[in-house]
Amino acid sequence: MLNFSKINIFFIYLIFFLVSIFATLNLQNKNNLFIDKKVNLGLDLQGGSYLLLEINSDSLIEEKIQSKVIPIKKLLKKNNLNYSNFKINDRSLSLKIDDKEKFESLFFSKKDNLVNPYIDDYRSFELEYSSLENNFIEILFSKYGLLSINNSALKQSIEIVRRRIDDVGTKEPTILQRGEKRILVELPGLKDPERIKKLLGKTAKLNFRLVSDNSEFGVDSLISETGETLEISKRIVMSGDNLIDAQPSIQNQRNEPTVSFTLDRVGAQKFGRATTDNVGKRLAIVLDGKIISAPNINEPITSGSGMISGNFSFQEATDLALLLRSGALPTPLNVVEERTVGPDLGEDSIKSGVMSLIVGFVLVILFMLYKYKIFGIVANIALIANLLMLVGVLTILEATLTLPGIAGIILTVGMAVDANVLIFERIKEELKTEKSIIHAFDTGYSKAKITVLDANITTLIAAIILFAFGSGPVKGFAITLGIGIVTTLFTAYFLARHLTSIIVLRNNNKEIKI
Amino acid sequence: MTESINFVSNFKKANVASITIFLLSICFIIFKGLNYGIDFKGGTLIELRTETGISASSIRSSLNSMNLGDVNVKKFGQDGDYLIKVEQKETNSNELIPKIKKKLIENLNAEVNFRRVENVGPKVSSELLESSIIAISLALAAMLFYIWIRFEWQFSVGSIIALFHDVVITLGIFSALSLEINLSIIAAVLTIVGYSMNDTVVIYDRIRENLFKYTKISISDVANISINETLTRTIITSVTTLLALVSIYILGGEILRGFSFAMILGVIIGTYSSIFVASPVLKFFKVSYKTLEKKDEKIVP
Repeated sequence: MLNFSKINIFFIYLIFFLVSIFATLNLQNKNNLFIDKKVNLGLDLQGGSYLLLEINSDSLIEEKIQSKVIPIKKLLKKNNLNYSNFKINDRSLSLKIDDKEKFESLFFSKKDNLVNPYIDDYRSFELEYSSLENNFIEILFSKYGLLSINNSALKQSIEIVRRRIDDVGTKEPTILQRGEKRILVELPGLKDPERIKKLLGKTAKLNFRLVSDNSEFGVDSLISETGETLEISKRIVMSGDNLIDAQPSIQNQRNEPTVSFTLDRVGAQKFGRATTDNVGKRLAIVLDGKIISAPNINEPITSGSGMISGNFSFQEATDLALLLRSGALPTPLNVVEERTVGPDLGEDSIKSGVMSLIVGFVLVILFMLYKYKIFGIVANIALIANLLMLVGVLTILEATLTLPGIAGIILTVGMAVDANVLIFERIKEELKTEKSIIHAFDTGYSKAKITVLDANITTLIAAIILFAFGSGPVKGFAITLGIGIVTTLFTAYFLARHLTSIIVLRNNNKEIKI
Repeated sequence: MTESINFVSNFKKANVASITIFLLSICFIIFKGLNYGIDFKGGTLIELRTETGISASSIRSSLNSMNLGDVNVKKFGQDGDYLIKVEQKETNSNELIPKIKKKLIENLNAEVNFRRVENVGPKVSSELLESSIIAISLALAAMLFYIWIRFEWQFSVGSIIALFHDVVITLGIFSALSLEINLSIIAAVLTIVGYSMNDTVVIYDRIRENLFKYTKISISDVANISINETLTRTIITSVTTLLALVSIYILGGEILRGFSFAMILGVIIGTYSSIFVASPVLKFFKVSYKTLEKKDEKIVP
């Protein structure tokens, strides 16, 4: 175990050198080297906000099942199928139908089925139905229909969340899908997430609907911004989907903040037609089921642009414009988890983390020197190399360093010497019975090898499980702990062993004290 | 073995002590329960820094007027630093945090720096609890499996009993002292599992080696010899690990205090259990070189 070929020595120090040179990259201020890698600081160290958002697919399914009512009724009428007792439930539709077989063949036709499309990806129809007694049937979304609604809503939500956050202009946001219903948002450096939360909490579904007390589509009673109750037609003249831009502006006459918007071609046509046909009537601008304002249509608006006023402050106008620009969210988003760390706490955490690292490190080094003298130096060199390599690997992986991660490094410092302690103690025992010192060291190393491996693998298992199940800061701990074990094994079994061999071989079988 | 300590003669006493503390811990966990933090219970946590004149009771009274339910205010670190915990009432608390912030700024009439704000919804917290329990169970199972393939089943049982002992007693002490259980404590518990295992493995390795070396003497004596042979290492490693941990505990700031305390407890209990719990189990199963013969003699080079 003490014989190293030149090639071995070369590779040991090459690996050490290459890995630890990465550690030094963290010292440079700007990216002036051609390798641009750094350890990232977690939100708990640099400050910032972590938000976990959840889409609410219940409301979406309700909406989607309602959108099936008219197509299904049309389908039934077109094919002369008699039905009665048509009812809209929360997540399903129920009706009584005479000719179920014919209905089934239409309902499950794969060709051009607009009512119940066939989803190729899942090999399933969007809807399914179940038979109840007395020829009643219940139509509801199939498992894969629900899945596809959910997935497209999630994808769309992520896109819109990204647009809204980009628009606010925070630095380097992270926006990721988490599971089937959630979106993770990390906003480094953000001190107060309230504005972002407000912006993400609104679906921002904008509708233009006529104020009218009789409409063939039915009416909603909504309360306007001035407090009067208005009957609003359910028919949507135009929706926010047709907006291509929205900007806050100041209306000069009254110095009032407003939002001016621009429509796409289709929207401009729709809007033009509606305003031409309904001059003199009032057009309600409805956002998320609330009336923003309901101005009179004084003249046809055919230019494809318009303005929304509604007693806004300038900030409100700015936010509304941002929401309209980014488009509507398919469902409301709930913040199910939120963690915000102020920058000063982050700084304090770094300070105390580094302080305890230095103190822990120095204590361990002194203790090892006291215990093992010259081999203490070997163990300590291995420890320093270990730390360098640990930081180096973290840099190569561009891992995120969290406060528990720093704790993991300190713990590694404490536990890393274990490998060398095991070996040195073993050698001590061998020295008692073995006459040849070189031989004693040799057997010491090889006998301790299995124990060292066993002992470290158990901790590695714990670290891997922590990494798989932990979240955020805890993951950071698992990373440093796990990498620490690998670098520990390397430094103890290659670097320290080589250093030991130099001492032992130079000493030429004279007595050595550990 | 010049100055060997007779550990085995103390096994009985130690076992009685271990079982008593173990049962006591279980009683604490069942009857007093664990003090879950917002990670597992849901709720809102606010760490704030105010001018030094502000008292905890004035913060408490201004929050009580908001009818938030269970509110807990305690000092946290230096003068004027407080940690506020508000229990979860309704599912949707998107409005809660700005309201609390506004109220505090108005009522305290002072500069308030909100250093940390966390809010965990009920669904997320129950998921976090669930995944933590899975993680700890999985870690125990993985250890069991590893020891089972590396050693024999008796060793596997011994190490797992020791691990249970460590985890339960650590949690029992947390329960008795009403210390908060949060995600970082779970991380600590898992690390304890790894550390305790590490310690046990070192002694087990030696016991197995010595079983083949000293075939004539009883398992008790083999265990005693092995524990003594590895004792220096056990102590040195515990000391260096504790040095690192104590420095985190003292200097690492409030956030790491619970974590490092759990780890310190775990290292002490884990070291104890490797000697006084894991080894007696081998004695109980009457392990000898004969029971091991079937497997890998090549372990001893």
